[in-house]
Amino acid sequence: MRKARGIVRNLQQAGWYLPAGILLFLVFVYPVLRTLVLSFLHVNLESGFQPVFAGLSNFGRLVSDTRFYRSMQATLVFVSVSVLLEFVLGLALALALEQLKRSGRFFRTLLLIPWTLPTAIIAILWMWFFNDQYGAVNDLLLRLNVIEAPVAWLAQPRSAMAAIILADVWKAFPFVLIVLVAGIQAIPREMYEALEIDGGTYWHKFRYVTLPHLLPFIFVAVIFRIIQAFAVFDLVFVLTGGGPGGKTETISVYSYYTFLRYMDFGYGSALVLVLAGLLALIGWTLYTLLLRHYEPGR
Amino acid sequence: MNRAVRIFVFLICVWSLIPVVWCGLASLKSSEELARIPATLLPADFTLQHYIELFTRRPFAAYYINSLVVSSLSAFLCVAAAGLASYRLARSPKRFRSAVSSSLLVMAFFPPIVLLFPVYEIIRMFGLVNQPWGLILPYAALNLPFATWLLTGYMELIPYELEEAAAVDGLGPFAIFRRIVAPLAMPAMTSAFLLVFIFSWNEFMFALTFMNLESARTLTAGMATLSGAFSQEIPWGLLAAGVMASTIPLILAVFVFQRKIVAGLTAGGIKE
Repeated sequence: MRKARGIVRNLQQAGWYLPAGILLFLVFVYPVLRTLVLSFLHVNLESGFQPVFAGLSNFGRLVSDTRFYRSMQATLVFVSVSVLLEFVLGLALALALEQLKRSGRFFRTLLLIPWTLPTAIIAILWMWFFNDQYGAVNDLLLRLNVIEAPVAWLAQPRSAMAAIILADVWKAFPFVLIVLVAGIQAIPREMYEALEIDGGTYWHKFRYVTLPHLLPFIFVAVIFRIIQAFAVFDLVFVLTGGGPGGKTETISVYSYYTFLRYMDFGYGSALVLVLAGLLALIGWTLYTLLLRHYEPGR
Repeated sequence: MNRAVRIFVFLICVWSLIPVVWCGLASLKSSEELARIPATLLPADFTLQHYIELFTRRPFAAYYINSLVVSSLSAFLCVAAAGLASYRLARSPKRFRSAVSSSLLVMAFFPPIVLLFPVYEIIRMFGLVNQPWGLILPYAALNLPFATWLLTGYMELIPYELEEAAAVDGLGPFAIFRRIVAPLAMPAMTSAFLLVFIFSWNEFMFALTFMNLESARTLTAGMATLSGAFSQEIPWGLLAAGVMASTIPLILAVFVFQRKIVAGLTAGGIKE
């Protein structure tokens, strides 16, 4: 009798988790398992979309796939440059807004706007700005005599990647800014006052109070950004489609083409698993670093 | 020092806003003026022709309605499911709670491309391709880890004594949640709703893949196909009007709800 009552209570408990559990199962748990299975199969045009056991051959193909390496390289360049710029800009601006006190909040609201706008739609706007004939960038640079003839920014590998990074920094640095502003606001004022009495300069305050307090916030913001930037899709897909010559094609974009253009579901699954594994490794490393920093009596 | 800081902040604000302002001005210029080289800054004569064309000659109204329906329903579903789960989670033993929190964190960081194809298979199996529910369910689920994370942190702060008092008064567990806990957690639920709404409104990859009929597309997917549909003359005016029309609701939301949005973002990012 008591046991039966216990089961009923457990079932009631489970009821609270049921809607969330069903959603997470359908969109996370099952898809991950399905991707794992698919990565060991050939499911493509050649196999007539009938699953054929492939063993490790999808992963073997990956090792010798130059396009995979190229997309990896493009992703790494994109992530490292854009996250670095977002961090520097976000930190500088967070410190600047703190100086401005009350008007700082108004500017923070303004700066939040790019972050909330849809990337895929704003990418159309950037495509226009970087257009060789009608783009505002060429127009401005021609007027300033920086360039002599219109440049086709999105048609050259380096400038196309620069354009993607610029657009990403534009959108994502406000996120870093907001996290860091919250971090600065959490620092007790007394710490600064104590330093002032001792005659500390602005640099001293930054070095001995702001930075140590801010470190966990910096970690969180940067981990977030690295992981999101690694999976970048919308911006690249709309702005360059991976071009010119696949030089800006990131892993997500390559995987998307593998699934939806080449219909190679087995190989696509292997590709996305490598991406997920890589992200797990990076996330885990950064997270342990963060925890080590947090640990008391370090 | 202070003047230099002000100039720096001012310049960054200009660079953050100028693309949108430029686009807003361009959307009011005539097609003839937009084709002019060198470009003009202010419109020579204002026209609403692009906006009118957007809604009369293109299925933009359908995109708009689809985006509104999908975003609001997925935000509602997500916050409801997350609210139930996070209430129980906040009241469960610490070991269970931190185990669930860690798995939620992993899911929140999952690259969406990994899930795209299997989720598409499920959506197709349920016959939901080109149906609003084909996006509502995935969006609610994709944002669920983040929303649960955010809400659990908030629910932990609600004093347990309130629930005990309500239980003494004879309220059942669900009534306690609905009448006591949920109203108290409203600030966090509002933040979560707004953020999930924004994320759903902005989502592109799933929308592009799951909705292949013009009439079923949301704004992001619809705009991207609008820009790709013309190989020769790109209709800049139409695109500018489309960008403005699809982003204005978000810009307004930022001004009205900025406190809520910032609170959700920082709590979600920083909660231990």
